Amino acid sequence: MKSTANGAGGRGWISRVLGEVGAVALFLARILRQCVPALRSPRHVIVQTYNAGGRSLIIVMLSGLFVGMVLGLQGYDLLQRFGSESALGVAAALGLIKELGPVVTALLFAGRAGTSLTSEIGLMRATDQLTAMEMMAVDPVRRVVAPRFIGGVVAVPLLTAIFDVVGLLGAHLVGVGLMGVESGSFWSQMQSAVEFKDVNEGLIKSLCFGLACSLIAVYQGYHTEPTASGVGLATTRTVVISAVLTLVLDYMLTAAFL
Amino acid sequence: MAYAVGGRAIFRGLDLTVQRGRITAIMGPSGTGKTTLLRLLMGAIRPQSGSVRIFGDDVTQMSRDQLYAMRRRVGMLFQNGALLTDLNVFENVAFPLREHTALPEPVLRRLVLMKLHAVGLRGAAALMPGSLSGGMARRVALARAIVMDPEVLIYDEPFVGLDPISMGVTLRLIQTLNSSLGITSVVVSHDVRELNTIAHQSYLLSEGRVVASGSPEQLRAAALPVVTQFMNGLADGPVPFHYPAPDYRQQLLGDLPGESIGAGQT
Repeated sequence: MKSTANGAGGRGWISRVLGEVGAVALFLARILRQCVPALRSPRHVIVQTYNAGGRSLIIVMLSGLFVGMVLGLQGYDLLQRFGSESALGVAAALGLIKELGPVVTALLFAGRAGTSLTSEIGLMRATDQLTAMEMMAVDPVRRVVAPRFIGGVVAVPLLTAIFDVVGLLGAHLVGVGLMGVESGSFWSQMQSAVEFKDVNEGLIKSLCFGLACSLIAVYQGYHTEPTASGVGLATTRTVVISAVLTLVLDYMLTAAFL
Repeated sequence: MAYAVGGRAIFRGLDLTVQRGRITAIMGPSGTGKTTLLRLLMGAIRPQSGSVRIFGDDVTQMSRDQLYAMRRRVGMLFQNGALLTDLNVFENVAFPLREHTALPEPVLRRLVLMKLHAVGLRGAAALMPGSLSGGMARRVALARAIVMDPEVLIYDEPFVGLDPISMGVTLRLIQTLNSSLGITSVVVSHDVRELNTIAHQSYLLSEGRVVASGSPEQLRAAALPVVTQFMNGLADGPVPFHYPAPDYRQQLLGDLPGESIGAGQT
């Protein structure tokens, strides 16, 4: 009897997750259909790109600087054991461009911009603003969701690039300024060892993370239960799902690129 | 037309007609589904059976594009105004015009100011919705609802929470819009006295169907107990004062098994 109940519970859980994945996929299809019409009002898209990207700039640069500095310290400690501390530039660059840049930026984006997107759209749902738009024959997916989605997808790769650059400066600051690695070898080894495919990998990852995090944020906001606790729960779900999804996607993409 | 949610019937065999160019009042106690009826009328939800016709077409059979085309001809005033909080009063009223037309800015500006003037809020054009009183927000929403010159205007509880002055202003606006522009008006409310002063035709809903209809005088003269209770505002009658509940004495003394209310959370 007990096992039957557990079995039913397990099936219920699986079908709920599958149902949710299907709903997200359908919502993505609806957003993609509205992306071209939304781009006909570029002002809205630019404003949302600024909201998602420009306003995350400080936190991304600050985090990038410290992540780069830590990488400088740890990289130096590891490399000097093999007498190859001059390779610090390569180690920091590959670590940042291929992994830390895209992943940490996506996590920061989910926490800073994703939550803001979810709560903004969720409150619009709770205060009937989205329904009012529908009654005015304005599709809220085109007017509200699509510009924010595009803004997020554009912002994450740009933020990642900035994170990488600031991170490298941080690694240089610690490696060269504090630990005494030679500046010339730091840059020259990086230049000769980092290939275009490494940059490409980071770019594709950041695009995928930007798409996933933005989709989760707008989906959760649009489907918020229209109550105070509903908006709070949706915001929490955005951070949790985006973080886990980013790390899972990172593993899958890394495996695919190797 | 019949509509049910989660097995609970909201409407059973509801049948009513709104006449073109007239003010139709739809009244009924709270919880009779008046707002649900408006959502059905606008095609936001679909009935399980029957049809909802507007401009001669069945809303239940419309595609999304057809629904949007219909909604451009209909203005709707929400209970709380539902103004877009990140736009100021001017932009809120301009919103439908910007979305649906390509009017040059000077023309759009004049149109918006004219509509704001009609509701007496031309001077509030630069204010944000957050700094408006409830009555003012409702009037801005009304200006937005009429900015596309709709043929039908739907009001969802337009008098709730208004002071006597704002209520008088709103009543006068509904009447003026109807008489001067010939807009067909559907007003959903439970403010009987106010509605009776402006409505040409009234419907009283109860338990999912129309229980009385006609002019305000005809409704007042109706002998049905539910109509008498509603029109005279009596606390108890066919519409009970109490929501269905277990036995009072038993519940107070805590004898009800398996009951869990008041979990002590806020």
